[in-house]
Amino acid sequence: MGVGILASRAIRPASRLVRSQPSNLFLRTIVSKPELQSPEAAAVSQPEPPKNQILPPRNPVGGARVHFTNAEDAIEVFVDGYAVKVPKGFTVLQACEVAGVDIPRFCYHSRLSIAGNCRMCLVEVEKSPKPVASCAMPALPGMKIKTDTPIAKKAREGVMEFLLMNHPLDCPICDQGGECDLQDQSMAFGSDRGRFTEMKRSVVDKNLGPLVKTVMTRCIQCTRCVRFASEVAGVQDLGMLGRGSGEEIGTYVEKLMTSELSGNVIDICPVGALTSKPFAFKARNWELKGTETIDVSDAVGSNIRVDSRGPEVMRIIPRLNEDINEEWISDKTRFSYDGLKRQRLSDPMIRDSDGRFKAVSWRDALAVVGDIIHQVKPDEIVGIAGQLSDAESMMVLKDFVNRMGSDNVWCEGTAVGVDADLRYSYLMNSSISGLENADVFLLVGTQPRVEAAMVNARICKTVRASNAKVAYIGPPADFNYDCKHLGTGPDTLKEIAEGRHPFCSALKNAKNPAIIVGAGLFNRTDKDAILAAVESIAQANNVVRPDWNGLNYLLLYAAQAAALDLGLIQQSAKALESAKFVYLMGADDVDVDKIPKDAFVVYQGHHGDKAVYRANVILPASAFTEKEGTYENTEGFTQQTVPAVPTVGDARDDWKIVRALSEVSGVNLPYNSIEGVRSRIKSVAPNLVHTDEREPAAFGPSLKPECKETMSTTPFKPVVENFYMTNAITRASKIMAQCSAVLLKK
Amino acid sequence: MLGRLAAKRLLEIRQVFRQSPSQASRSFSTALNYHLDSPDNKPDLPWEFSEANKSKVKEILSYYPSNYKQSAVIPLLDLAQQQHGGWLPVSAMNAVAKVIEVAPIRVYEVATFYSMFNRAKVGKYHLLVCGTTPCMIRGSRDIESALLDHLGVKRGEVTKDGLFSVGEMECMGCCVNAPMITVADYSNGSEGYTYNYFEDVTPEKVVEIVEKLRKGEKPPSFNGLRVAYPHGTQNPKRIKCGPEGGNKTLLGEPKPPQFRDLDAC
Repeated sequence: MGVGILASRAIRPASRLVRSQPSNLFLRTIVSKPELQSPEAAAVSQPEPPKNQILPPRNPVGGARVHFTNAEDAIEVFVDGYAVKVPKGFTVLQACEVAGVDIPRFCYHSRLSIAGNCRMCLVEVEKSPKPVASCAMPALPGMKIKTDTPIAKKAREGVMEFLLMNHPLDCPICDQGGECDLQDQSMAFGSDRGRFTEMKRSVVDKNLGPLVKTVMTRCIQCTRCVRFASEVAGVQDLGMLGRGSGEEIGTYVEKLMTSELSGNVIDICPVGALTSKPFAFKARNWELKGTETIDVSDAVGSNIRVDSRGPEVMRIIPRLNEDINEEWISDKTRFSYDGLKRQRLSDPMIRDSDGRFKAVSWRDALAVVGDIIHQVKPDEIVGIAGQLSDAESMMVLKDFVNRMGSDNVWCEGTAVGVDADLRYSYLMNSSISGLENADVFLLVGTQPRVEAAMVNARICKTVRASNAKVAYIGPPADFNYDCKHLGTGPDTLKEIAEGRHPFCSALKNAKNPAIIVGAGLFNRTDKDAILAAVESIAQANNVVRPDWNGLNYLLLYAAQAAALDLGLIQQSAKALESAKFVYLMGADDVDVDKIPKDAFVVYQGHHGDKAVYRANVILPASAFTEKEGTYENTEGFTQQTVPAVPTVGDARDDWKIVRALSEVSGVNLPYNSIEGVRSRIKSVAPNLVHTDEREPAAFGPSLKPECKETMSTTPFKPVVENFYMTNAITRASKIMAQCSAVLLKK
Repeated sequence: MLGRLAAKRLLEIRQVFRQSPSQASRSFSTALNYHLDSPDNKPDLPWEFSEANKSKVKEILSYYPSNYKQSAVIPLLDLAQQQHGGWLPVSAMNAVAKVIEVAPIRVYEVATFYSMFNRAKVGKYHLLVCGTTPCMIRGSRDIESALLDHLGVKRGEVTKDGLFSVGEMECMGCCVNAPMITVADYSNGSEGYTYNYFEDVTPEKVVEIVEKLRKGEKPPSFNGLRVAYPHGTQNPKRIKCGPEGGNKTLLGEPKPPQFRDLDAC
């Protein structure tokens, strides 16, 4: 990205030269000047820069910000004559980035350990006998770094020539063409011809699964994928086998990449060796329109960019967000986009008397629903919001159901009695990036690897960086970091709460203990007792303090946090069994058998998933890539999706359907535009209007009343059975089906 | 007719490419950088260090700091290779990974890096011919072709009786006694493992050595080592690396330097 800009900057002066000498258009001579022959000649020819020259100010590469942990520890280095202050411990490459110089590199990645094997980052440092690998050399005070001298340029040309020697001529058939680091850097820094006349080596392709396509002949052995797999993903599957030019990246034995972060190696690989298998040969990157939006497959709200071509979503890639997902996204986020094309509801439908659905117009469908809703008693109206619902549609649904006289409107995943009064009791209070400061983790009834893969990546990062201890209470699960399995159920929790468990000492001695409770526990009958036990552990071990709040709740669905903020909670357990009119707004995980046989069910959603088969009326809605909606993630960070593609058929936005329904039912809601809905939301939960801001919980556990119930002994159950199939979109996706058939750990 | 000529020419060109020395059939150790299952080499076949070797494993691990167990990977792989008759199945590499507490891929990386770790079957007597420049100019290519012709195998293959296999090695430091071969003796497991050089060989001598090994001749111990044939230089007129007819230099203590009396201070 930055290299591409540099590439264009490098190309532009050449074109200026051509224009100024029109007579030489056909005869382009290669001129070698004495300055290019040796560094001494270059030094002689260059005029000395005048002293005290005021250099123009420079901005760090990519708008990066420099964080000084210790202001006194800053050292000053000179990059191309420009003085920069960098923290101690920065490498030469990072110092050049602060100075605005983007040094080309292949093996260096800011989030992985330093390898130093590509040698593309060589720069000249004064008083150094040879060019230094800037990614590995620490910046010393007073260092004079020169990045645009003939030595540095010759080094880059040489490295480029070596890399291209064994690289196949695959550009026309390689998916990475157009976004390939090798292409960009050879245009910017390479020479125009190579001198290799031997046979190129070729490497056998490895099978890494249905997601990652490998053409290992293109591999330049930068080892970024090896370091990613062992450091960030925590699985040590990939390695560099053999030596010399016969090196191969592989798993040695036939092993598929089962990690849930395996798709990120596609972004990380600088060449087309590891590419996306579902996206193979589908499109070139310049034909795609990128839309920056939010993912809703889990409660993390990873920032993504939806690349679309026309009306079709072609692929999904991550966006940088330091606080939530850094630069990674899980496989489910990345590869479930093909579910958006299958089993879409496109027209309103009404179930005929013979049981089959018939497509009708919106007017008729809404008229039928508006008619029926007046024939039932207010208490028998139930509205359930699904796990992918945005805040606007949930607000409008709640308003509508309330105005019809019923209080039975809730969101999936919030069972009876979930307390939405105090926000701390359902948010990740230390924030996802704050988890990096924890040194002891206690996971209660949650498997973050399948529930929120990016939170798990953050825990893995913390464990790796500071050797944090992780203890886990729940059903046996596998973790990609060292984790002590303390027990399977509430008994272990009771032991820790009463101080009898050996783990209590680790908690007490921790500086920043973090407890993560899974939202799956909200569905238990003894939920209050369990949460009270957790809070007593928190109190006993100083988990909640003014400077550190380590009591975290990990929600499961994208809509849960906003739903709880807006007050969509289930008041009575029997509401569904005694309902006569059920409005399912994308709710597929509801137990359809609980709905009485004579209830009138309206399903409003985008996929014909599970609940649609029980519906009497189908109202098609738009999916998250097609609408503008507000989502709050599990830490309370409000974000908005942006429509990337037009919606399917006759589908409309969720909130617009409910608003129209309210009009037809006679209880006109007082807003007609999305700004109106948002101002209504502002009066209920103002944090949902402040996008891209995190609103922490205001009050702590001290306000909660005492709990008198006892815990049952049933062990905690796993909440997510199949990581690849958790919502309507993923269940409709063919790629997810392949993954769950092949990649699930048996 | 032209079509036939073109086809013949194409075949010739293809043969040239097939026989180019860089594409010679790979030797055992640098066989393939990925694993292919075969009936005697599968990840689920159980493999353990033998009882005698378990104590050796503990001894090897004691040479390294206890938090750097992975430094012992090379000696442990060597021990496993000797125990398994000269080559490392995948299950042996997995067992070593369990001992040093790393992921198996790290052990695979080490095993594929070093050419002396054979990951495919070798003969009980693995004959390695040095092919580096000093030996080559003294005729190591003839030694190798003599061995291959006599045994009837190609480089990288094991003879039908499973006794011999031939490979190429890099310089083993016997340039004064070039050409040389070395015999890695895997016929007695890790206790009887020997790795002996046979230097100053000629094509005929090398065939003699092979036949003696085949008969299993093990004369009484030679410096405590049971060998089929005295190792070292095979030229009876030379003593170790001295010239034929005895040393002409280094016959006594070296003269002290003339300019300083070392014993004075």
